[in-house]
Amino acid sequence: MNLLGDPEITEEGEFVINIGPQHPSTHGVLHLKVWLDGETIKKVQPHIGYIHRSIEKMSESLSYRNFIYVTSRMDYLSAHINNEACALAVEKGLQVEVPKRAQVIRILLGELTRLASHQLWWGSTGLDMGAVTPFFYAFREREAILDILEETCGARLTQNFMVPGGIMYDLHPNFQKRVKEALVQIKEKLREYDELVTGNVIFQGRFKGVGYLSPEDAINYGATGPVARASGISCDVRKWFPYDGYENVEFDEVLDTGCDCWARYMVRMNEMKQSIRIIEQLIDNIPEGEIQAKTKQVIKLPKGEFYQRVETARGELGVYLVSDGGSTPYRIKYRTPNFSNLWVLSHITLGAKIGDLVAIMATLDLIIPDIDR
Amino acid sequence: MTNEEIKQCISEILPTATYDETGEFLTIMVSKEELRPFMQTLRNDEKFLFEFLFCLTCIDWKTHFMMVYHLLSRKHHHNIVVKVKLDDINQPEIDTICDIWKTAEYLEREVYDLFGVKFGNHPDLRRLFLDDNWPGYPLRKNYVDENMISI
Amino acid sequence: MVDTEKLVFPAQLHQTPDGGFLVTQLDDIINWARSNSLWPLVFGTSCCAIEMMSAADARHDWSRFGFEVARASPRQADLIIVAGTIVMKMAPVLRRLYDQMPDPKYVIAMGACTISGGPFFYNTYSVVKGVDHVIPVDVFIPGCPPRPEALLHSMITLQEKIKHETYFGKDNKAQAK
Repeated sequence: MNLLGDPEITEEGEFVINIGPQHPSTHGVLHLKVWLDGETIKKVQPHIGYIHRSIEKMSESLSYRNFIYVTSRMDYLSAHINNEACALAVEKGLQVEVPKRAQVIRILLGELTRLASHQLWWGSTGLDMGAVTPFFYAFREREAILDILEETCGARLTQNFMVPGGIMYDLHPNFQKRVKEALVQIKEKLREYDELVTGNVIFQGRFKGVGYLSPEDAINYGATGPVARASGISCDVRKWFPYDGYENVEFDEVLDTGCDCWARYMVRMNEMKQSIRIIEQLIDNIPEGEIQAKTKQVIKLPKGEFYQRVETARGELGVYLVSDGGSTPYRIKYRTPNFSNLWVLSHITLGAKIGDLVAIMATLDLIIPDIDR
Repeated sequence: MTNEEIKQCISEILPTATYDETGEFLTIMVSKEELRPFMQTLRNDEKFLFEFLFCLTCIDWKTHFMMVYHLLSRKHHHNIVVKVKLDDINQPEIDTICDIWKTAEYLEREVYDLFGVKFGNHPDLRRLFLDDNWPGYPLRKNYVDENMISI
Repeated sequence: MVDTEKLVFPAQLHQTPDGGFLVTQLDDIINWARSNSLWPLVFGTSCCAIEMMSAADARHDWSRFGFEVARASPRQADLIIVAGTIVMKMAPVLRRLYDQMPDPKYVIAMGACTISGGPFFYNTYSVVKGVDHVIPVDVFIPGCPPRPEALLHSMITLQEKIKHETYFGKDNKAQAK
């Protein structure tokens, strides 16, 4: 079986190398075919499908309560936010109102997940650039957050905590105290991160001026999230189409006009600070009340289509749910942020060197199962 | 712009379009021959400026296919949905819009891979997720696979 | 309780006036050396890869047990931890990686997806339902995803399994016929 697919047409002096599907960069199974002239890249062609688990087909036979768990496995670093998107889409169809307590807890868990995801991104960016220390530092903070999530939700990575109507169980009594302690630790360590990597001359030299993505291209390719915000495009779903009470929370949308890898890096570092700001506003003001709205045991959505968008750590996730009146979805389409962000790669690596390709992949922050679904 | 204003502007340029306002966004049904010029107007015209195509997919309704395009305009702050009905379920075909929005090139490849819809004038129409010699199109409702274990 | 007999060096020391010499069996000494320096291959496809990375970090730290260096190339690795779902497009790649590894080689199947397809068992057309359809497996770890401590427990189980192998006169147990 020809694993490589299309023919390799090369000009004089060019050669083709395959990067992946198994490679030490921790982004997943992505196969890149790179046409090289010496060390300069002429063309990059991503091949995907090595983790295509047929999630959309499978969701057509799962009930409206059950299909939420699969999305934890799609973009596993923002598992809470993915689950929130599915629960919100079903609630839109049922037209139930989520109680205030559940909304605030959803925001808190979502922002904690965003912090943990950005920490892991920072660690693996350092690892890709050849520095092993950021990897260990980042996981130290991430473990602090995962401990809190495990105490409340029961799992470290793939929590299945959202249900249509609210959240599954109430918070653990230790939640507020532990979050405050973790925030103190993380704020101090963010200064350490800045000293270690952000102020480092070698990292700055490798990131500045590399991988330029103009704003027109970012819109054309459908890029969202930090990738688009680093090119100056305002696209944060929490500001444009607020959900779950985000309109009552004060935070800034982080924009940068650099358009290169350094801008993408700084956008994510500043987003971590904004997430901490949101958590600090809400942690002492969790309202009392119910955690789940009343819904029937077997949920049946009325005939129609429902689209819900949320802001995951990587961009805009859209859940397009088509229902024909039955107890399982008729068609679900997940508009994933990483799918649109990936195809930017072949555009911005023209003329760069192989070392720059690694820097660009690190700052694009792709999760491959989210692309393949 | 509100839904009424959009409907008015569109009926001036395309009188044969039909509307559906039962969902969350205004839905416009067009025929497949009218699709390309209509999409170009939606992108370039000052009144609309839908520069962001955020979802392109297909739904198999067993008697026909329905292509669905979701568009967003950040300048005017509105969303619409454009739908095209494809009646031929054995050989569905439609024109590509990947020269209008670059992201459509890959979303259309995905629809070709999973549903079998052919896009005319597409620069590189190949399968995306599955192997080149995979039999059939999995997301169709009449897809049969003996390796698939169903409950 | 830790079995302290297994922790000692598998030899007997005979003291002589100017030093001493160790008496052991070749099987014991070779198994001891092999099990305490297994180098895993960097191979993760989906969510279990994150828990594998967590097992490598400072809190759980698999290098205490000898898995110090995770090699990028299969030619230099002893152990492949299959972390994540394997789909039909990836299965030939996994087989090729396994064939490229030199003997003796071991396989740990991590997570529910590698045991039987896991949460993707019903109504999927592209998932390989169990990685033992592709390569022979030594240790299975249930969980979705398994905790890093579970991965460490499975690595220690593999070390104990290796200590029971025989070197001369029989084939390496991990090698399929």
